Amino acid sequence: MSVEPLVRAPAAAVDLLVRGAHVLDPRAGIDAAHDVLLREGEVARIGAPGSLEAPAGAEIVDGAGRHLFPAFVDPHVHLRVPGQEHKEDLATGTRAAAAGGYCAVVAMPNTHPVVDSTPGLRSLRDAAARDAQVPVGFMPAITRGLAGRELTEMAELREQGALGFTDDGRPVVSAGMLRMALQYQRLCGGVIALHEEDPSLSGAGAMHEGAVSALLGITGIPSVSESTMVARDCALAGYEGARVHMQHLSALESVLAVATAKAQGVQVSCEASPHHLLLTHEAVRTLDTRMKMNPPLRTEEDRQALVEGLRDGTIDCIATDHAPHARDEKEVPFEQAPMGTTGLETAFAALYSGLVAPGVLPLGLIVEKLTSGGGLLGLPVPRIAVAEPANVVLVDLAAEWEVGAEGYASRSENCCFGGRRLRGRVLLTVAAGAVAFRERALALTPA
Amino acid sequence: MIHLLSIEDLDRGAIERICDRAAAFSEVADREIKKVPALRGRTVLNLFYEASTRTRSSFELAAKRLSADVVNFAASGSSVEKGESLKDTILTLGAHKPDAIVIRTPWAGSAELVSRWTPAAIINAGDGKHEHPTQALLDVHTLRAKLGALDGLSIWIVGDVLHSRVARSNILAFQKMGARVTVCGPPTLVPRGIAALGCAVRFTLDELPEADVVYALRMQHERMDQAWVPSLREYAAVYQINGRRLSPHQVLMHPGPVNRGVELSGEVVDSPQAVITAQVEAGVVVRMAVLYEVLAGHRAPAPEPGGAPASPAHAAAGRAAEREVV
Repeated sequence: MSVEPLVRAPAAAVDLLVRGAHVLDPRAGIDAAHDVLLREGEVARIGAPGSLEAPAGAEIVDGAGRHLFPAFVDPHVHLRVPGQEHKEDLATGTRAAAAGGYCAVVAMPNTHPVVDSTPGLRSLRDAAARDAQVPVGFMPAITRGLAGRELTEMAELREQGALGFTDDGRPVVSAGMLRMALQYQRLCGGVIALHEEDPSLSGAGAMHEGAVSALLGITGIPSVSESTMVARDCALAGYEGARVHMQHLSALESVLAVATAKAQGVQVSCEASPHHLLLTHEAVRTLDTRMKMNPPLRTEEDRQALVEGLRDGTIDCIATDHAPHARDEKEVPFEQAPMGTTGLETAFAALYSGLVAPGVLPLGLIVEKLTSGGGLLGLPVPRIAVAEPANVVLVDLAAEWEVGAEGYASRSENCCFGGRRLRGRVLLTVAAGAVAFRERALALTPA
Repeated sequence: MIHLLSIEDLDRGAIERICDRAAAFSEVADREIKKVPALRGRTVLNLFYEASTRTRSSFELAAKRLSADVVNFAASGSSVEKGESLKDTILTLGAHKPDAIVIRTPWAGSAELVSRWTPAAIINAGDGKHEHPTQALLDVHTLRAKLGALDGLSIWIVGDVLHSRVARSNILAFQKMGARVTVCGPPTLVPRGIAALGCAVRFTLDELPEADVVYALRMQHERMDQAWVPSLREYAAVYQINGRRLSPHQVLMHPGPVNRGVELSGEVVDSPQAVITAQVEAGVVVRMAVLYEVLAGHRAPAPEPGGAPASPAHAAAGRAAEREVV
């Protein structure tokens, strides 16, 4: 690639001393209280609590009782630009990311028009260079117009900063078409990320096919509509020696298919979303349209398979699939509502409250999976180590808050965790060397 | 009861209360002047997003027999075709201050959704493939009138269960009334997971003789977006309820309209075992009872609306309301 893959608006370099926070970075092997000095965009010094002095002009943040993690990276968000700015735009979407502790996000190309050309990609990157509060990377489409018929100009798009390619929102239905993209990857590189769904099986479905859909009389989306495509595309990737990434796994069978492919040496990675890790189709019983997403919330067995997949490493990262929709679009009967939930602002707190606090998964694992998504796409992984770029998030694990009670940083409010009380509040996010978010009540003492 | 949104919401006592009141109202239908003043001055709005003649006219007749004013609003030819959302339609019609809205839509959960946007009582007249509670109530009423009680009965629901809101409401209602329910149909038209509702599932009619009641469903061509069975001819060969398959002791039901020669043969439709026209008759009195229940039944035993002299049926309904409060 000849250009920087991540773009953000200009921002002042951070100059901040975090005092006495519990620093947890599983990759750097840190899990203890430290002072951390962030200067000129980098992690300048790490020292024992109380050992570092703030240089003149630097702000001091009291980290006592709080946790400092490497900031999160989301390989799968929808920022809705261009064309659907009433749902979200680059400024509001990245503001939501910063509020959730993210230092980088990767935007999907299913916009209007689709990001499938270099002029489109360039203008989007120019807009991000004005509006983005945290660095944004872009994955253009695999096929023109997401139509599944002809490849985009993948080599040229890579030259212009494409992180990889995806037709997200839709599967690449034709195996022959996907095979060509995988072959072409040898020329241009870039991970091929796949939304796995066989439309002949998912059809007009609006929720998981099972006991709840039978009761509600809503057409179901069977698990096999996902898992058969995962298995097919793992086979294709293995045959072509290609690198693929499976987006938002939702079904037990899909986890098994990826595990099998990995055991066979296929270069496949995959992600799971907080809503699939925490909720099941039981949440759809009330026909709350915030619970409508694609892939759908599935059964408790599926949910547990995803949690186990995180634990045993089959699932490589957590991605929110942040999918904002305007209120009037979701305020309709369930079957008419568009698919998607927002997720950036709640991912950490939801996972902490639902999986870490009850003792299901260790905190370090959640931090690792929330930070690993960019590395899978070839981006540097945030680390808390001297001379690394400053990408950190300060969290109060004890703080309880009600999702949505104070509104959202996102332009949209279709959050599947809305109204829930969660533990774990992001207080401060530093992204690529600049403060991107600070909680309004956070006491910052000037030096 | 404030709304009637689903059978799932009702318990056996509520179903029996509505059916008892329907029985009291059925006397009105036999009189020369088929009208009581129970809901005089109340406005009932029929809001239908799907084609319907029987359900809509049955509700209209029920409201008129209770002396309510009725406004019919069909989605075709209206603001809905100009792109108005369901919410805006409800807010607009709500400005006319209806006391009850009878609503049918092609979308599951829409009656419940609408109940959040208006103070009017909402009666679900069919929400997508989800529920059709007044159909189930009138079917229970018909069976009680014919057989006394449903306890211990074996009821087979045969046909296109997948697309049928009638099936979902009836599986729940019949079971709440003490019956055992078996659903039977082509494997492509029986939804995966339906056994979670508590019913048995069969794919052939081999065990049909054990049924006390056979409830045939309509093959709903209009809801089918693809070929779910190879042909209607083959469907009829395997699943049609005909004189050869129907035992003399069995009661035959159908929600109408019947496809003669498909799910039912002509001779069983015309047989004395069929209670299909009794179901239609029950439709009016049960909907009278439902309208009364949501508009008057849940309030304290009020004086006669409008102070009109009480008719025998109305007095009976009033007594029912009093019992409920005590």
